[in-house]
Amino acid sequence: MTTLDNEIEPWGRVLKTRHSVATPAILSAAGAALTQSSRTTLALGCARSYGDVCLNGGNELVRMTALDRLIAADWDVGVVRAEAGMTLDALLRVAVPKGWFLPVSPGTKFVTLGGAVANDVHGKNHEHAGTIGCHIRRIGLARSSGEVLELSATENAELFAATVGGLGLTGVMLWVELALKKIESSFIEVETLAIADLDHFFRLAEESAGWEHSVAWVDCLATGKSLGRGLFMRGRHSARGGLQVHGNPRITVPVDAPSWLLNSATVSLFNLAYRHRPWTMGYHTVHYDPFFYPLDAVGGWNRLYGARGFFQHQCAVPKAAAPGAVERLLRLTAEHRQGSFLVVLKLFGARKSPGLMSFPMEGATLALDLPNRGEATRKLLADMTAAVMDAGGRIYPAKDATMSAAAFRAGYPEWRRLEALRDPKIMSDFWRRVAA
Amino acid sequence: MTAGRKIWILGGTSAIAQAYARRKAAQGGAVLLIGLNADHLKANAADLAARGATAAVEVLDLAGDVDRNAAVGKLVEQHGFPDEVLIAYGILGDQQRALTDPAHAADIININFTSVALWLLAICARRDPARALTLAAIGSVAGDRGRGKNFIYGAAKSGLDRFLEGLAHANAGTTLHVLRVKPGFVDTPMTAAMKKGGPLWASPDRVAADIDKAIAARAAVIYTPWFWRWIMLVIRLLPRPLFNRLKI
Repeated sequence: MTTLDNEIEPWGRVLKTRHSVATPAILSAAGAALTQSSRTTLALGCARSYGDVCLNGGNELVRMTALDRLIAADWDVGVVRAEAGMTLDALLRVAVPKGWFLPVSPGTKFVTLGGAVANDVHGKNHEHAGTIGCHIRRIGLARSSGEVLELSATENAELFAATVGGLGLTGVMLWVELALKKIESSFIEVETLAIADLDHFFRLAEESAGWEHSVAWVDCLATGKSLGRGLFMRGRHSARGGLQVHGNPRITVPVDAPSWLLNSATVSLFNLAYRHRPWTMGYHTVHYDPFFYPLDAVGGWNRLYGARGFFQHQCAVPKAAAPGAVERLLRLTAEHRQGSFLVVLKLFGARKSPGLMSFPMEGATLALDLPNRGEATRKLLADMTAAVMDAGGRIYPAKDATMSAAAFRAGYPEWRRLEALRDPKIMSDFWRRVAA
Repeated sequence: MTAGRKIWILGGTSAIAQAYARRKAAQGGAVLLIGLNADHLKANAADLAARGATAAVEVLDLAGDVDRNAAVGKLVEQHGFPDEVLIAYGILGDQQRALTDPAHAADIININFTSVALWLLAICARRDPARALTLAAIGSVAGDRGRGKNFIYGAAKSGLDRFLEGLAHANAGTTLHVLRVKPGFVDTPMTAAMKKGGPLWASPDRVAADIDKAIAARAAVIYTPWFWRWIMLVIRLLPRPLFNRLKI
């Protein structure tokens, strides 16, 4: 295991800090990296979180990505135990040919299992399947005391609840045991519908309860009566088409794009083209890769925002307040003309995660990217956070780089219980910002 | 065609080897992982087994002072003669340290060249000429031209390259296939101390995919990824006065 002084750049590319990074090749070495840490450390996956939950500036990190092995698999019942550094990409490549799929999948497959659990990720099927934490059976957790604990809903239950969605703070997750979902085919039957306005979105979302997956793309530059205009996509696993694994990214963004590339004019053009692509409307059968991971086709797409990077705002707001809060948030971004083309709106269901600090709540979630234009962008983010707080909602730590300690504590009242169970040798820049 | 093929991997803890073994596992091969770190080998074997392969482990100090003929005999007795052998172990070493530390310089040369050559001889001595065998060894683009930053490692890999070339020449037209693999920068624990990123860096799986294809095609030598063939051609052709001014 080599330790190296290294700058780590999360997906948003705004916050970058230097760390001493250990890269263990076997699980026992990952535990040792924690127990032997001279300062504080933190497990790092693919650094696909956007802000500082994956950073521990000036201190240590344990890069988990070489720990990418299956430990055991029962393909008859679809349960796998895998090292925490295995990516969803790698797991899909093994599982899909055997007729199994992720029970819950975020919008990229380039995250590790450990990172997915630490952020208790959700997907397009939240109303039906909850978060990934709902499908985690056991977790192997190394603590700085030298112990390796097995956590489940019944064994070390308190630590299990704190670790699911616990932002990596309870120890170094060594492995994860996950129950997969049976599929007959790697294809998804999709229906795409035009959304006229925000009311229409909420109506369509309610009507789509019978569809396993649903998500909406919103044209955030639309104002007035068209506010909330966009496309609604709903899908279900097909029974036909065979079990084909996805391919590699088709193109890669090799360098930072110039910062003028994404301005309101180019975004308007993109949105216009996207809304009017007639070939996407109606019923289609598509492979799971473009359905679940459309952006994975472009490697390093975060570079399109230029060298200054970008922020993402993702919030969850409770059901009763959702229509008003989403409208207010969309108005704010439309007014600032800072929005980008990646605006996603979806409903969250009632299924509870076992995680103390899980982000989703029954209601709606809105996610949008904002190119980093300095103070103006930070001001907009603060205004949006305030609107979310008014609605009784919360901000997603995995995407966040700016929320105040007060906003975090209001959104996650259980944070003190996580702090009490945090491993004394584990820390992150995020936790320093919101909880210290 | 790979189903049921017996594959020995010398250096079963190497990241490239594991990526290659996973491909063989997916194709139903039987993989024997040989190396020094028992825990690491067992973890890799469990991974292969969970993917549907037959995987076994033998703990052996490959670069150590062992009777290789006897060791190969024992492996054949226990696991049967392989259809394919991939030699994947090696160390990058620390050139600066090796310049003044003869023991370290000797390690770089012995692990990367001498011990590998001796294993190849021991396997060839034991082989049945009627039976097809592929010997593949992972060298390096560093062996193509001596460079100030890594010429001890480079010389060892260059020696291995000449050895394999000669072995292939001696067995041309026979059932023995020899493949020289020359990767460029690969993102593995072996290169953890290097600054990574950029288009020249490849994943272990990319390299493994190229090895898989080259073995199926009975290629003699591959650069992986492919563009290294052209980069190294330019580097080899650079006139010495110009080459000597480059700090590469």
